[in-house]
Amino acid sequence: MPLFDRRDKSRYASFTRRTLLLSGGMTALFGLLAGRLYKLQIVNGGQYLTLAEDNRVSQRLIPPPRGRILDRFGVELADNRRNYRVVLVAEQATDGVEAALDAIGKVILLPPHQRERVLHDIAQNKKFVPVPIAENLSWEEFARVNLNLPYLPGVQPEVGETRSYPFSTELSHVVGYVASVSPDDKKNDDDPLLDLPSYRIGKRGIEKEFDAEMRGEAGVSRVEVNAYGRIIGELSSETGVPGKDVYLTIDCELQRFVEQRLGNESAACVVMDCSNGDVLALTSTPGYDPNLFNVGISNEQWHGLMTDDHKPLLNKALTGAYPPGSTFKPAMALAAVDNGLADLQVNCTGAVTLGNHVFHCWKKEGHGHVDLHRGIQVSCDSFFFEVARRLGIDKMEEAARALGLGAETGIELPGEQGGFIPSRAWKMARFGIPWQQGETLVNGIGQGYVLVTPLQLCMLAARIASGKALIPRITHQVGNTVQPKPVPAALPFSQAAFAAVRAGLSAVANEPGGTAYAWRITQAGFEMAGKTGTAQVRKISAEEHLAGVRKNESLPWNLRDHALFFGYAPVDQPRYACVVVIEHGAIGAHPQVQMTRDILLYAQQRDPVKMPVAYPVHAAGSTAGVLGT
Amino acid sequence: MTIRPYAAAHGTLSIVDKLYEINWGLVLLITIIACVGFAMLYSVAGGSLSPWADKQMVRFAIGFILMIVVALVDIRVWLSVAYPAYVISLLLLIAVEVAGHAGLGAQRWITLGPLELQPSEPMKIALVLALARYLHGLSVEDISKPLRLAIPLVMIALPAGLVAIQPNLGTTIILLLDGASLLFLAGLSWWWIAPTVATAAAAVPLAWRYVLHDYQKARVMTFLNPESDALGAGWNITQAKIAVGSGGVAGKGFLQGTQSRLNFLPEKQTDFIWTNFGEEFGFVGCIALLILFGVVIGYGVQTAMSARSQFARLLAMGIILNFFFYIMINTAMVMGLIPVVGIPMPLISYGGTAMLAVMFGFGLLLSVHVHRQVEIPRHSAGII
Repeated sequence: MPLFDRRDKSRYASFTRRTLLLSGGMTALFGLLAGRLYKLQIVNGGQYLTLAEDNRVSQRLIPPPRGRILDRFGVELADNRRNYRVVLVAEQATDGVEAALDAIGKVILLPPHQRERVLHDIAQNKKFVPVPIAENLSWEEFARVNLNLPYLPGVQPEVGETRSYPFSTELSHVVGYVASVSPDDKKNDDDPLLDLPSYRIGKRGIEKEFDAEMRGEAGVSRVEVNAYGRIIGELSSETGVPGKDVYLTIDCELQRFVEQRLGNESAACVVMDCSNGDVLALTSTPGYDPNLFNVGISNEQWHGLMTDDHKPLLNKALTGAYPPGSTFKPAMALAAVDNGLADLQVNCTGAVTLGNHVFHCWKKEGHGHVDLHRGIQVSCDSFFFEVARRLGIDKMEEAARALGLGAETGIELPGEQGGFIPSRAWKMARFGIPWQQGETLVNGIGQGYVLVTPLQLCMLAARIASGKALIPRITHQVGNTVQPKPVPAALPFSQAAFAAVRAGLSAVANEPGGTAYAWRITQAGFEMAGKTGTAQVRKISAEEHLAGVRKNESLPWNLRDHALFFGYAPVDQPRYACVVVIEHGAIGAHPQVQMTRDILLYAQQRDPVKMPVAYPVHAAGSTAGVLGT
Repeated sequence: MTIRPYAAAHGTLSIVDKLYEINWGLVLLITIIACVGFAMLYSVAGGSLSPWADKQMVRFAIGFILMIVVALVDIRVWLSVAYPAYVISLLLLIAVEVAGHAGLGAQRWITLGPLELQPSEPMKIALVLALARYLHGLSVEDISKPLRLAIPLVMIALPAGLVAIQPNLGTTIILLLDGASLLFLAGLSWWWIAPTVATAAAAVPLAWRYVLHDYQKARVMTFLNPESDALGAGWNITQAKIAVGSGGVAGKGFLQGTQSRLNFLPEKQTDFIWTNFGEEFGFVGCIALLILFGVVIGYGVQTAMSARSQFARLLAMGIILNFFFYIMINTAMVMGLIPVVGIPMPLISYGGTAMLAVMFGFGLLLSVHVHRQVEIPRHSAGII
């Protein structure tokens, strides 16, 4: 073995020393790495595992099916329809997005503005995000897309759900509509469903009032996503709870009849069951198509709805507050009987003087001798001026409030107005002037400060007809829960008072000279009772009085008086109460009375018990009473 | 374990004898580590051989043959080619400046016929070779003489400077560390070392101001406070730490790592492959792999100390320190200990040039082992 030379020996010694030193350093650094691993994986491992799971797992909400709205017989007024739609996934469009849109444009209609929106959406999103091209396709269009799918790279057909209102305008004010979630909606509602881009919530009507019940609970799908947010696969999925169905007291067929009968008028109508307060029909015309709001309303359509002077978006049956006019008189008559004025006799000369004010009866030449019965029948203002003068405002207010006026009825619909019944205290607080007796007289015939909604007026009719403090309701079941049936309290009026007023109301329609006699129900057993009313829209000046009041027909539409009528039928055993208010509709032919007549008749005829007998057997040739009524 | 001491000492062993002399235990360890790499590349490709694992296997096979061939070549031949290899590598580095093309914001690649080459990789080997040869000729006393010291400093500075302007901070650091540690092992006086370290520490603020590129500064800033830019540059560090940390004690299991499969990890097949290993095999797997690396390094150190010539000793230590610096910098950066500098994991990360360079290095290490008995006179120019 050759020896190292001396110099190499010292080199080797130095090399070995320093190598060992470096080895020690390397060992220490490896120890540092091991320590770092220990900290990351053992000490903080759980925390990092959570972070990795957060990275990996994304929760997607599955919207539950919204509860349906059904009428009293189970007819669907709002349900969920399949929404056939087509989406485009940019990265799968092998020939490019433009080419894909050209191709789909040959299969379904794709207007230029829609095409621009699609291109915009694609530019805004990642390449794997499906962008809707067209929604709510017909089955034929959808089938065409499916058939041509091999030639449409990147195009995917999808079936979603959308709200559908089969009766369109006819039930718009009852059912309401759903529409996109607005930032305001999210303020007081932290339901995560609201963040879904295509989610719709109830904005009006039953859809709004029972939104929480119909919404249901969202299902959750846990999906694995990659760093770019692309879904790799589903890990688990929890189905949500479907929304509850809402069953209304509305009779869809009657409602549709009412809608048809009101026609093009700006009008409201409510039909109630006099036995329990069920609202059978509640209409405000014109209506609107609730489907528009669901699929997205255009600016022109929205502008049209907003500027229409017939106010189609307003539910006049609940939110329209009108002076009741003469329809207020029966309420005053009830109070009159119970306050010792049952035998009041008034000689109507066409005008009443109080101090230096002259109060005119609607009939210039006067009604002559008038008692309570005739006062209601011919709607004599002079008689009710005297009733009001004798009762005083406090008793009038008490009676009106007992009958449910001046306060919201509490019906399960949003936006209800309470109307208005004036009082001494209110006058003082509002104007700082004491109540004047002249005002008592004016309010006694339903003018002045008094305001009622058509719904309140219908409740008034039902209360007079039944003698019970009926409360209107529009739902009878939500999900599996049957709504409690309210037990109506007794009204603080005597039976004698009810009998006298009902007789008067019957005379209005059924005795010659009554204000509605010309438009009475003539079919035996179906007769109605009722009360007409006219609500002044403008003040009639003294000059006009001298020159003779202009006929309503000769005025512009928006200056004409409102026409009101409430009625109930059948007259001897009331079952249905009905109110029709036509805005600016006070003309000689009393269309509101005709409408009420037809509606009450139709409602009675729909009642199976009251169905007229088919093939009526004539008394002479009667063989047997098998079909007897 | 020398079977024929005389022949071994004189470098006249036959090929068969040399094959017998090769440290097959080390070869086995290297192969095991490479197989871990294949498994990781298979995993990060979502359980698929393509696009990375299959190519890496081919490269390893080529590298394996290269390693054996290099091991069989006489150590004195390597002494002879040390300077030419250094010059060629230097020329390639200059060529990449002139004609190279960029990858990930740095000019690092050159195309030679069908080959894509990263000249900084062979330079790491060539620098070690050249320095070992130069220092072989110096005594402990000589090395600390300024004029003698100037030459190796220039030899280090030239490639380090060329790589730095590519810019490739990681490789620059490795070249500087390689060179410095060889000078240290050759016996450089502490009187040189201490002031240099002190000056380097003082130079850091100046380097920050005038030398580092914006992206490098951003990496350092992000390293110091990753949460400051959790979605931008800090994303890499944050996600890498999440991956390693979520592995826990025993890991999520092979192919079960979610961070890489779902693309939360950047450069998952190259620089950040360690994070996937940590996620799938946990603390136990990481420590096991570190121990494997440690054993390889231990073999290297032992080989260096058993060699009879200073050239062989320095060569072996240079190779093994280079290997160590790779592992250290790579794991430390993906675990958030140091800023991100683009350094791959040797034997495991996907990359052709790096694989061949590492295998060539191990070939030299084996050659040192095979020829450990060969003595080389201080002024020998080798046997070519």
